[in-house]
Amino acid sequence: MRLIASVWPLCDDESVDDLVQLLTPAGQRVEHPDYRLALEAGELLGLYRDMVLVRRMDVEATALQRQGELGLWASCLGQEAAQVGSARAQRPTDMCFPSYREHGVAWVKGVEPLQILGLFRGVNYGGWDPRERYIHVYTLVIGSQALHATGYAMGVQRDDTDDAVVAYFGDGATSQGDLNEALVWASVNAAPVVFFCQNNQWAISEPVERQSRVPIAQRATGFGIPAVRVDGNDVLACHAVMSAALETARDGGGPVFIEAFTYRMGAHTTSDDPSRYRIADELESWRAKDPIDRMRSYLETEGILTADQQLALDADSDALAAAVRAGVLEMRNPEPLDMFDNVYAGAHPLVTAERASYASYLASFVDEARS
Amino acid sequence: MTVTMAKAINTGLRRAMDQDGSVLLMGQDIGALGGVFRITDGLWKDFGDSRVVDTPLGESGIVGAAIGLAMRGYRPVCEIQFDGFVFPAFDQITTQLAKMRYRTAGRVALPVTIRIPYGGGIGAVEHHSESPEAYFAHTPGLRVVTFASSQDAYDVTRSAIASDDPVIVLEPKRRYWDKSPLETGDAVLPLPLASIAHAGSDVTLVCYGPTVRTCLSVAQVAADEGRSVEVVDLRSLSPWDEDTVLDSVRRTGRCIVVHEASVSGGLGAEIAARVSERAFYMLEAPVLRVGGFHTPYPVSRIEDEYLPDLDRILDAIDRSFAV
Ligand SMILES: Cc1ncc(C[n+]2csc(CCOP(=O)(O)OP(=O)(O)O)c2C)c(N)n1
Ligand SMILES: [Mg+2]
Repeated sequence: MRLIASVWPLCDDESVDDLVQLLTPAGQRVEHPDYRLALEAGELLGLYRDMVLVRRMDVEATALQRQGELGLWASCLGQEAAQVGSARAQRPTDMCFPSYREHGVAWVKGVEPLQILGLFRGVNYGGWDPRERYIHVYTLVIGSQALHATGYAMGVQRDDTDDAVVAYFGDGATSQGDLNEALVWASVNAAPVVFFCQNNQWAISEPVERQSRVPIAQRATGFGIPAVRVDGNDVLACHAVMSAALETARDGGGPVFIEAFTYRMGAHTTSDDPSRYRIADELESWRAKDPIDRMRSYLETEGILTADQQLALDADSDALAAAVRAGVLEMRNPEPLDMFDNVYAGAHPLVTAERASYASYLASFVDEARS
Repeated sequence: MTVTMAKAINTGLRRAMDQDGSVLLMGQDIGALGGVFRITDGLWKDFGDSRVVDTPLGESGIVGAAIGLAMRGYRPVCEIQFDGFVFPAFDQITTQLAKMRYRTAGRVALPVTIRIPYGGGIGAVEHHSESPEAYFAHTPGLRVVTFASSQDAYDVTRSAIASDDPVIVLEPKRRYWDKSPLETGDAVLPLPLASIAHAGSDVTLVCYGPTVRTCLSVAQVAADEGRSVEVVDLRSLSPWDEDTVLDSVRRTGRCIVVHEASVSGGLGAEIAARVSERAFYMLEAPVLRVGGFHTPYPVSRIEDEYLPDLDRILDAIDRSFAV
């Protein structure tokens, strides 16, 4: 049998030469001809702070899942730079559509950590108002949200504002039909949407080579969408590349595709066991490219981050973790009858009848207990 | 031998692959990982890339490509990772897979098996707990089956693969780790009809997949209260075994259908209608249905309110007798 893997060499995904980078893994600031970045010290510190706090929340959530307080957790460990950098580049009214791992994006958009955790505890399907936060609730069905982002962007286009829209998704998602349709639609309509793909090298157990024979960004060009690959563990580069893409979208330049080359440091979710399919060495090599470490050494070298500030941030992290923990433990389950809410805008006789009959069924237990 | 249902399916898949070189497995994460439920554990190691295919992430692709492979003489067995993710493949399943024999005047058979872990009760996040059987049972051209024991899991898996019709196999995921006896015979049986999982004389509970175990507990509890409950495990949902159900209902005079899916427009409605048509004068009470509500599947912290449980089924039995 001729399987293609044996006759056609894989693309060299490890070649990162074409990645936009502004901060080396060692934390050295480098320049890129196309992407300049002029952030004030306070903003730089802010990016670092976001990443540190998001990671602390993430680690606490994993612990809470282990203790049975969450049903599941999808960690964003290792992807903080891609998420924080790309989200900080957005204006408050730029709408974005996440998948399920975008805790760093949600954080930057002002979603409360406990609002994120509700879905994973199983008390709601999305704890925030997308219209208020300009971030849609998480989408778990791979790829669907890329079309929603595209349609939203077509609305923005008609409203004649210069808002832009962002779709977040993973490397695996690029194989899904909806995602490919979104690229077609955005392209032919010149919709102001940025497709932000976090290529974390894995879709559960499948390496990215199972999804694409070429670097993922290269696919977008076939749809007529300009694409750029960025070091996804470099928060400055992610910020710069996203800022430029959003400007293109705002200025009527149509969609842009960004591939943020990063790595899923943790398991796919708390249900997953990566030891079955990936080697520890890979993890080690990526640990050396940690997004938070490199920003920290850069800020320390520049004298932007002092030892005192770091101590204060550590204290804030611990306080956040404690608040997250306490908040999760206090999270109440919905009432049984809440299940019947929000199925329809108006009354629906079947739902009304089922709710009434279930209410009297539940009441019969109370009566029984009393008698 | 007593094994988990998961192991029984795995054994059934292995046996089918051993016996027929045209059987191949396709799905997400079914290779090195062995699937998120480990149903294909060890198969990739033993059968290799050509027969255990980790597919790109697209369900329409999995089913659409399976159709092409089947036309070329293969017997693809597709794994859909969770019930809620079958819908990107819905068009390929209902429009292409189900109709191909008809459209080609019987010239093209599509022996494609689609395995779908389904149903709730595992504390999962959204789209991981659904019961989509009615959509498929409503589609002419598809056979739809499920099971509730390790033996049936093994037998159904093998007969589905051997079937020259496309078969949707709904695997009751919350029962994957239940253990029961298994004999691994060589014979491939025809797709099964219903079985009497527990004999009784006062009321018939018609159930399948995950609700069979619940109904068997109901039979125990009801027995203590002096009511004799017959539990019919449908196993096949399309076709479903009218004769066995009617025979039971004619003896008991009472019929209650139990499934996790929303009752409105669900399989229970079809069963109730047939029972009313064919056994109306034998019924002591209207056919009742216990199942999910006309809401999306609720969040996991209150999913037990939605799923038919012991109390709700006992309550339905009381109502049936109150007539
Ligand atoms: C339509 C659909 N099919 C299958 C799944 C199951 N699933 C959940 S995550 C995942 C892998 C996603 O990989 P990727 O897009 O790279 O995102 P990552 O998890 O790496 O962030 C799969 C197959 C799903 N959620 N939706
Ligand atoms: Mg990925």
